[in-house]
Amino acid sequence: MNTKEIHGLLLNQFDDKRILELNTEATDPWIEVSADSILEVARFVKTDERLQFDHLNDLCGVDYLELDPKKAKKFDHDPHLEVVYHLYSYSLKHYLVLKVKLPRWKNDEEGKLPEVDSVSSIWAIADWHERETYDLMGIHFSNHPNLRRILCPEDWVGHGLRKDYSFPDEYHGIRGC
Amino acid sequence: MSTQIEDPRIIEFDVRTDEMLINMGPQHPSTHGVLRLLLRTDGEIVNEVTPHIGYLHRCAEKIGENLSAPQWVPYTDRMDYLAAMNMNLGWALAVEKLLKMEVPEKAMTVRVIIGELGRIASHLVGMGAYGLDLGSFSPFLYAFREREIILDLFEEVCGARLTYSYFTIGGATHDLPDKIQIPPGLASLTGRKPDTVMSWMDTVIVFLDWLEERIKEYHILLTRNSIFIKRTAALGVLSREMAIDSGCTGPVLRGSGVDHDLRRDGESIYTRMYEGYEFDIPVAPFADAPSEVVLGDNWCRFYVRMLEVVQAIRLVRQGIEKYPTAEGTHRVPHKLTAKLPVDECYLETEAPRGQMGFYVVGTGNAEPLRVRAKSSCFCNLSITGPLSVGCMIADIPAIVGSLDIVMGEIDR
Repeated sequence: MNTKEIHGLLLNQFDDKRILELNTEATDPWIEVSADSILEVARFVKTDERLQFDHLNDLCGVDYLELDPKKAKKFDHDPHLEVVYHLYSYSLKHYLVLKVKLPRWKNDEEGKLPEVDSVSSIWAIADWHERETYDLMGIHFSNHPNLRRILCPEDWVGHGLRKDYSFPDEYHGIRGC
Repeated sequence: MSTQIEDPRIIEFDVRTDEMLINMGPQHPSTHGVLRLLLRTDGEIVNEVTPHIGYLHRCAEKIGENLSAPQWVPYTDRMDYLAAMNMNLGWALAVEKLLKMEVPEKAMTVRVIIGELGRIASHLVGMGAYGLDLGSFSPFLYAFREREIILDLFEEVCGARLTYSYFTIGGATHDLPDKIQIPPGLASLTGRKPDTVMSWMDTVIVFLDWLEERIKEYHILLTRNSIFIKRTAALGVLSREMAIDSGCTGPVLRGSGVDHDLRRDGESIYTRMYEGYEFDIPVAPFADAPSEVVLGDNWCRFYVRMLEVVQAIRLVRQGIEKYPTAEGTHRVPHKLTAKLPVDECYLETEAPRGQMGFYVVGTGNAEPLRVRAKSSCFCNLSITGPLSVGCMIADIPAIVGSLDIVMGEIDR
């Protein structure tokens, strides 16, 4: 099943307030899902007989923010974060890319992490991927069983893959750059 | 107070053994790098295992946002440093998919030959180190003797022995060499004079002929060794459902009975490379397995790797046959500062340790907005906890070793 057909199927099941944009022009076509319904959609695409997406290939975050003024002219995205889900079905051998768009900060208050539901109850591997995304991209996954930093030390400040992240001057007496 | 002690149940409750927390790693040799496992043990029995990772985190993804695609190739080398060729290939293919670039037949043939030799080298380390984890020293020495020859052959191809940066966007940096002096290890092992000059292809054939005979010895040393079977069979059993749910890939997945290999089932940009090649995909259960073996245990994962070496040898031989008649060049020119389109794509390739995925988001500049390396070992390691519950402390290296992890790839 291709992404366009899956989009139709999802629109049938949910409404257009939950299933948002369909992009078929990208090399890997993707479907945008609203942040508060990702858990339902994830459960549906895994359990529905026509879809059977039993394998989560990858889950990662992307920070859409361009700080370089030269590059910013060509950059036509509003600043936001995205969580990207790459799915595959072993039995039906098809792919799907789901996206959730989030504000960079919850309620635009700097320092408050945006929230999205955890899908670790659907695919067990999402547990570690979400911990990494939380650690490096600063996205809070609600109802995650164990949302701790995974690559950085637990007392690290900031989230490294954010575009406006500044490297700390010092960490436990070790000088930075 | 005295009334409580008189209650026989409470006295019995009080004499239980204390649980003990044990730190294994990050400098423990059988954790394959800098993995730290926190064990909660009751005597010899392990009740809980928590892996702690990140000791080798080098911010590769962040660095990639400030470099152009060809400039990031050396960083992929340093992820899975035991199979750097396959990492280069994964990244090069992901960017080629984004650029909709097609590489010539010759470049694809070179990629199959070198990529599969890389797989052999990687599985040899996996096999040798696994023997070492279980207390058998000699397979490790044999495996490194063989790997040394592959590294010598790679050195003739690209000048490096560990971090090759050989495959790049559009093909490979050099064509395969013509005449070389035979690697000293191979000369002494096959009874040739050390100053023999042969073509690179012939040297590979001599090496493969010799290696095929050695594989039988590895089976005697490890696979069919009764001590080895006792240490691996029916231990760390990973069910098919759990393997899929936990995102396991590569030999770990096939060891649990899922018939999936991206060289056959992957996206067309990758499977095109393997068109016209004949090879089998070893999947558990095996008819010739010892009776103690259970589907999805340590032994199955190990045996998948051993059989994959044989298939890789077949692929290299077919590649060498195709190479003289392959059309085109070894490389399509690609500028160092070429701009990436406003697009994004994700591609997984079958690296020796599992499916290595690269995700690129381009915004019209040479530097991507985001690069993401999805590590196969990262997913494979995540099942250590559930697999190890209830086993003995000495079985922990056997379980972690059977997953064949490389920390450079997990921590990136």
